[in-house]
This record gives sequence, structure tokens and C-alpha cells, in this order.
Amino acid sequence: MNKTFIIIKREFLSRVQKKTFLLSTILLPILIFGLYGLIIYFSMKGEENIRVAIVDSKGVLENKIQSDDALSFTFLKQADTAQLQKDLVDKKYSGYILLPDSISKRDSLKYYSRANVGLMTQGKIESRINKALEKSSLQTLLAPGITLEQVETSKTKIDLKVSKTDGKTGNAGFATALGFICGFLIYIVLFIYGTMVMRGVMEEKTNRIAEVMVSSVKPYQLMIGKIVGIGAVGLVQFLIWGVLMLSLQMLIPVIFPQVLEQAGAAQAAVDQADAGKSSMVTTIMNNLQSVNMFMIVGLFIIYFLGGYLLYSALFAAVGSAVNEDPQDAQQLMLPITMPIIFAFVIMMQAINNPDGGLAIFGSLFPLTSPIVMMARIPYGVPAWELILSIALLIGGFLGTTWLAAKIYRTGILMYGKKVTWKELWKWARM
Amino acid sequence: MPLLEVQHLKKHYGAHKAVDDISFSIERGSIFGLLGPNGAGKTTLLRMITGIFYPDGGQITFDGRPFKAEDDILHIGYMPEERGLYKKMKIGEQAMYLAQLKGLSKADALEKVKTWFEKFEMQSWWNKKVEDLSKGMGQKLQFVTTVLHEPKLIILDEPFSGLDPVNANLIKEEIYNLAKRGCTVIFSTHRMEQVEEICDQIILVNKGQKILDGTVHGVKQEYKKNQFKVLTEEGKTLPASAHFQLVQHNGAQHTIQLADGSTTNAVLEDLIRNQVPILGFTEILPSLNDIFIRLVEGTHATTRAFQQSAS
Repeated sequence: MNKTFIIIKREFLSRVQKKTFLLSTILLPILIFGLYGLIIYFSMKGEENIRVAIVDSKGVLENKIQSDDALSFTFLKQADTAQLQKDLVDKKYSGYILLPDSISKRDSLKYYSRANVGLMTQGKIESRINKALEKSSLQTLLAPGITLEQVETSKTKIDLKVSKTDGKTGNAGFATALGFICGFLIYIVLFIYGTMVMRGVMEEKTNRIAEVMVSSVKPYQLMIGKIVGIGAVGLVQFLIWGVLMLSLQMLIPVIFPQVLEQAGAAQAAVDQADAGKSSMVTTIMNNLQSVNMFMIVGLFIIYFLGGYLLYSALFAAVGSAVNEDPQDAQQLMLPITMPIIFAFVIMMQAINNPDGGLAIFGSLFPLTSPIVMMARIPYGVPAWELILSIALLIGGFLGTTWLAAKIYRTGILMYGKKVTWKELWKWARM
Repeated sequence: MPLLEVQHLKKHYGAHKAVDDISFSIERGSIFGLLGPNGAGKTTLLRMITGIFYPDGGQITFDGRPFKAEDDILHIGYMPEERGLYKKMKIGEQAMYLAQLKGLSKADALEKVKTWFEKFEMQSWWNKKVEDLSKGMGQKLQFVTTVLHEPKLIILDEPFSGLDPVNANLIKEEIYNLAKRGCTVIFSTHRMEQVEEICDQIILVNKGQKILDGTVHGVKQEYKKNQFKVLTEEGKTLPASAHFQLVQHNGAQHTIQLADGSTTNAVLEDLIRNQVPILGFTEILPSLNDIFIRLVEGTHATTRAFQQSAS
């Protein structure tokens, strides 16, 4: 069996079999989703059957406020506080509000309640009352004969879809979000797995296993084995996360059927005017179809691997150069982390202006392209730019690997000396 | 035909000559001692022989052919001075891994590892982690991983440091056994008493240069001072003689220095003629330690740390 392959196998298995790997790969997403589910569960639980009594002697809000099962309003003409307090205790009402005779815009109302009121419930009551007050004051402004419903129909809500000359349509908001997420993930990947490679190399050096290893294999094989092994760990971790996210996402409506109903009902109730409007979920689905998901996932993997290979070689070189002092590592890492952070800054620019000069440069330059290009892809990128960018990236990682291998070869057997970048450069030229 | 032949080997770090024109050859099946103070260039020399470093000059001939690192390192086992094992890895897996990297197939590796573990009574360690081992246990494991692919050449850098006498003996026995089976052993150390006991041939390296080469016996003969120990009955003194001078007298023991051009027989004749009751007469050979110190001292061997920062 090929020695490099044996090394890859060990690097991969020794990490995948660790408890921490299982914990972070499988348990973490489940935990996050569990938390997510709990929040949904409790927020819905809290909302059930809130009955609010409003003492509204002038009838300002009557018939103007929206009432439903979850949050209903009852109107009383007379303010009998003693009776109301009693009703609260009897659980006839969840709470009551005393409406003053005249309310101006900035007044605050007092909500008397039996129990604590959740933030969401509070917000809901607040917005319903505000809407009702808005309606009532709007009514007074309107010319006679014009109803509120007529005004409602005049409201518009258009969705701007960008149609480019190449015939693709896109939604800027969605592309921004997707681009940001992809770019950010690559940014995280470079740091997490890059430092993992560095730590691995440092472990081999400080445990003095390096000398035993290089008497059996070439230093280059050892370095490549580590990089590829950890890269495979990263890929597997991402695949598991992806699958978990997707299946849990689908599980949520199964576990909490109310969520969809609730969302649908609320949507329908709030904007009755645009009843035919698609819900947010369907909007996202539509947008997902408008971008080519397969292409994005494919390119994500390419840039994930390309960026990882390029930077992990540099991280390996740094790991080989430092001794046991982690502070040395920090110092030597700086020139490597700088372009990653720089790429992140360019990415923020590219999201706002995907075809700007800086964005195009950043998406071609191999040190920044994995992050910047991922942010541009959802907007659509000309094929030649993609091909050039990937070609440069491949060239880039071949270059950094070659350079890193030379530093690594010397560094891994060098002990007791604090190394500077000048020194590393000397090794690279040796 | 020697197994390993090194000719005019050089390795320079900038102006510093770590190995400066060293030549020697090692016979098949012999145990070869590489001696030298710290920082003499032993490790650099060994790293060139194990293919870790490329020499700046000179040739290495391994098994009759020019040394080719990729192929020949499979026939070399190297145990460096600084032990290194993956701390978190299980011992069995670790041994298997290192064996496979030496080109053994998985089945072969498993068989060899099992045999050696049995020999060293390490079977129960299989699922332990290296970090749970004591230093001596780690040492044994390291030795096993060095020799289990049955290399033609075994290079051991300070193999006994940190071992208790029982385990040191165990490993010493194994070294003899391996040599008997035709393995060639290079044994690098600065513990002279071990060298005297084990090695057939030694070279002494200092400041990158070879300053001594020969068999243990030959070297001792070369550096002897012609001193003898005479054992007499208690209370007797040696008479003055033209053939020797008394160097030291301690009870029944007398240390004498043979005069130039004289022989031991002349001394004995002298003593017998003077009716000195002789109980014993032995030659005092210098220990390797004495020779080592005599040769190295005064040359001001620099420390390794200093050399590195100068490079």
C-alpha cells in the first residue's frame, strides 16, 4: 500500500474515531435544533388563549382590533377595577387594559396581568392595539364615503426581481444571504481545519515523532498525508452537518405541525389584502430553484478543498517551524491569517457590489478567491472568470504546497530555536 | 563486503561544518559504536545515513550499491535519541502503523508485531495508549517498532537511556541476537562502558571529524600507557629497578610504569630475583572513557545549542 495513503488513513481515522469528533459533528447540530425546537414550542405554548379585556368607554377600538383564538379581545364599557381583578383571578381574562379617553401617539398603556407576559405576547398585543389605533385615526382623516377597505386595496407590495442580460433572474436579498453564508463557511473552514493541520504538525514535532517518521517516509509524504487526511475529516464533517440540517429541517414541521399552520394563519390574517401572496417559505423555495443548487454545492466543495489545501500547507509550514511555545505560533500565523481576514473584508464588499473591480480581483486572486468567489456565485459569475479563478487556485495551492514542503522539511527537525519569517524564507530557498 | 560504506561525507550549515569529511565502513553483522560528545555531529551523520538529510558531499554505499533513500530506508531501522510516539494512539495500532510505513503488508505487520510483543511480554498493552506508558515501557515499544521489519541495518541512538537494568539487559540480548542473525547495528552513545561491552568496532567523532577508528581491543592497545598492576603479599615493597617505576602503591597493589624499551618479562625477572612474592601481574588498559576524555578534552567541544544558533 502506498505510504501516503497509510498516513492519510491514520490521520483521518484517528480524528474521526475521537469522541470529540462525534460530539461536535452529530451532537452539536442536534443540540442546536433541539434548542430551536424548544424555543418554537414554548413561544407557541405561551401564546395560547390570551384573553385581554379592554375598558374602552368611548368605543375607540371596538370592532377595529383583530381578534383570534390565540389572542382575543373583549371590550367593556365600564371600568370596574375590583370586578376586573376578580375576573383575573377567576381566569376569565388573562389581563386587562384601561383605555384613557383620549390617546395620543406616544402615550403608554398599562396592561394588568395575572401572570408574567412573554415578550412575544407583549409585542403582539402592542402591535394589534397600534394597528387598531392607526385604523381609527386614519378613518377620521378619510373623506366621507371612503372605507378603510378601499384604502387597503391601494397598498402595494411589489417584489423586485433582477433580470440580467444573460436571462437569469435573481433576488438580490436572497443572493446576498446565500453568498454571505457560503463565504462565511469557507472562512470558518480555513481557520478551523487550517489550525487543525498546524496543531497536528506541532504535535508531531514536539512529541519527536517526526524524526521516526521521516526515517520511514519522505517529509513531503508526511505533510501531504496530514493535509489530505484532515481535509477528508472536514469534508465528512460538513457532509454530516449538511445531511443532519436538511433532515432536521424537514423534521421540524413533523414534530411541530402547529408551526406551519400558525405561520400560514398569521400570514393570511395579517395581510388579508394580498391573500394570494406566497408565504416566506415558498419564496425561499422559489429562490432556491432560481439559483442552481447543484452548481453552488459543487463549487462550494471545489473552493472548500482548494482554499483548504492552499492555506493548510501554509499552516503546516508554520506548525513545523514553531517549538512548544504557542505564542510563537501566534506570531508566525499572522501573515497567514491576514489574507483570510482580508478576503472576508473583500467578501463584504463583493456582496454589495458583486461585479465591482475589487470583487473581481478578490475572486480571482488565489489567496482570497475561495471566500470572495463563493459570495459572488449566487449572483451569477461568467464562466471564464470561474475557470480562471479555479485554475489560479489550483496553481496557488500547488505553489504553497511546494513552498511549505521545503520549509516543513527543515523545520520539522529543528529544535530549540525561535524561528522568524526571514529564517523560513531561507529554508524555502534551500 | 561491508554493509555500509561512508566516504568523505560532508554536511555544512552555512559556515558551520556539522560533518566534515568522515569516512568509515561497517562489516555485515557487526556492532558498530559511534561515539562522540554532544554536538559532535553524530545525529547529523546518522540522519544522512537514514536518508533524512542529503549530504553536501561524499558517498554512502549501502549493501554494495549507492545509497538510495526511497528504497534503502525500508531496510534501515532508526531509533532516534529523542523518542517519539503518538501519545493518543493505541500501542498495537501504533506498532502496526510504523511497520506498514516500513513497507510491510498488513498481515505481515500483524504477525511481526505479535511476535515481538510476545517476546517482550507486551501483549496486554495492545489497547493502551502511549501516554499511559512509563518511560521505560515507551522505550521498549520504540525499540520494537525500530526492529520489527527486520532491517539489515539498525541504528540505535542511546538505546538504554531511561531503562532499568532488567529491561536494558533484555534489549542488549536482543541486539546480540539481531547481530547474530546478520543484522548490522550502529550504536550511538556517549556511555563508554556499554560500548566496551557491546561493540566490535568504534569510531570517535568530535567537531564533525573522525578522530579515532578501530576495534575496541585495537584502540585500547593503541592508547595504553604500558602500566601494569602487580599484586604481592601484604606489606611487601617492590625494589627499585631500571625496568620500571613505581607509580602507585596501595597495600598489596602496586602500579608500575614500564620503562621505555623494557619488557614485562624483564620486570618479572627482576622481581623474582628480588624474591618478591608475586600473586598477580596484569596489564592496565585504558578504559574507552579515559581515551574519550583524553581525546576530546582540550579541543573544547562546543555545545549543540551554540552550534545551531551560529548556523
